[in-house]
Amino acid sequence: MQTSLTINGTARELDLDPRTSLLDALRHHLGLTGTKKGCDHGQCGACTVLVNGRRVNACLSLLCMHDGDEVTTIEALGQPGALSPMQQAFVEKDGFQCGYCTPGQICSATAMLEEIAQGWPSHVTEDLEARPELTIEEISERMSGNLCRCSAYPNIVDAIRKAAGEVA
Amino acid sequence: MRPFDYHRGTGIEDATRAAVQGSFIAGGTNLIDLMKLEVMAPERLIDITRIEELRGFEATDGGGLRIGALVSNTDLANDPRVRRHWPVLSRALLSGATQQLRNKATTGGNLLQRTRCLYFYDRAMLCNKRAPGTGCGAMEGVNRILAVLGTSEHCIATHPSDMAVAMMALGAEVEIVRASGGTERLPLDDLYLLPGDTPERETVLAPGDLIAAVILPAPVEGRQAYRKVRDRASYAFALVSVAAVVAVEEGRISRADLAFGGLAPKPWRSREVEAALVGQAPSEALFDRAADILLEDARGHGDNDFKIPLARRVLKAVLADLTTGAVA
Repeated sequence: MQTSLTINGTARELDLDPRTSLLDALRHHLGLTGTKKGCDHGQCGACTVLVNGRRVNACLSLLCMHDGDEVTTIEALGQPGALSPMQQAFVEKDGFQCGYCTPGQICSATAMLEEIAQGWPSHVTEDLEARPELTIEEISERMSGNLCRCSAYPNIVDAIRKAAGEVA
Repeated sequence: MRPFDYHRGTGIEDATRAAVQGSFIAGGTNLIDLMKLEVMAPERLIDITRIEELRGFEATDGGGLRIGALVSNTDLANDPRVRRHWPVLSRALLSGATQQLRNKATTGGNLLQRTRCLYFYDRAMLCNKRAPGTGCGAMEGVNRILAVLGTSEHCIATHPSDMAVAMMALGAEVEIVRASGGTERLPLDDLYLLPGDTPERETVLAPGDLIAAVILPAPVEGRQAYRKVRDRASYAFALVSVAAVVAVEEGRISRADLAFGGLAPKPWRSREVEAALVGQAPSEALFDRAADILLEDARGHGDNDFKIPLARRVLKAVLADLTTGAVA
């Protein structure tokens, strides 16, 4: 199935079996192995990427359904020597142990700060019509789609707060 | 995953015609998972995500809201009109899944998602829904998450949606384009079938029938709440949930629109419970009577026995919250 899409700013043409997930296309066919395969069932969030600016599970997406879309993976958020503020904060706050979930955590957290900036409510937002605040409770709820089996959660929360300018 | 033909639908008619032998796909968050497990193996997928008529919102003449089938769970929960006038719907959506999944999941797909019964998911287990006539492993098995109302001797699966529970309490209607031609509007309650002897049939939709939209009636007076009890604080399906729109006038309940999740094979609404509440002064005894009526025919299957007293407590708590200080 012929699919044309933009990945990390570059136009790509792929002709793959329609069963190919966006995740497998990135990792196996484009060599973009920053995006990780954890559960492959949408439960762990290790495969989180941005599609047209929104975070999604690449494992539960068929590549052939993304014709014309813009996909951003961890490789485009920053580079060694030029990390994004979220990547830098994860390094400084030690927001990981084994690091396997980290690309998904960082893609997810990057989108989450934008969602808060746009005023999206969450399950724990008290007033649906007020601007949400970046409390620890809000971060935990909004990041519940990204599991960390090393349980680095406290430092992940700190890293997100640092990237948002809430803590030094 | 079994091989399938992929067809990108160009319009509603094209899609419904193609889907008579196949399955629609939009968000894919449930279907792709089930296809990986080969619990579902459609020979053809009809991608409806490019069909313009299925997108977006439209205010209806009666003051309601028409929600296109492709509206994402995120965009529905965030819509300023929904947050203001139908907050129970925003709350229900926000209590479900994760932000990644809500970004992809659609309104139509959410209504038609399949049960998360472990026996349905595991092809090594007996399941009358997945393989009709083979038996139900859940009945005497691990059934903590399964149903206590509306079940049959063949199936005790629960419908997993939170969104649909809120829509049920709001009296939503579903707009269906029939593959055989024509468009119909049905109360959401009439979309779903109880398992009976045919648990594999979950809705009144025939092959190729497409949900085009959900229509919310005009907002009503009253306070709204969605209370969900689950095994962890986030990203878990409801054990019991209650969607409620309740109004009190001159010390008496004037409206009690209620729907329940986690209890039944479909979002559960009981007109008898509502009739018992309306016209009465709020009291603990009244709320207990409402729970008695709701749970009169409830039957546990071992692991899920706890849902019966839990449903009583959740209903009473929601009614107490929504009637306290609400005297006009």
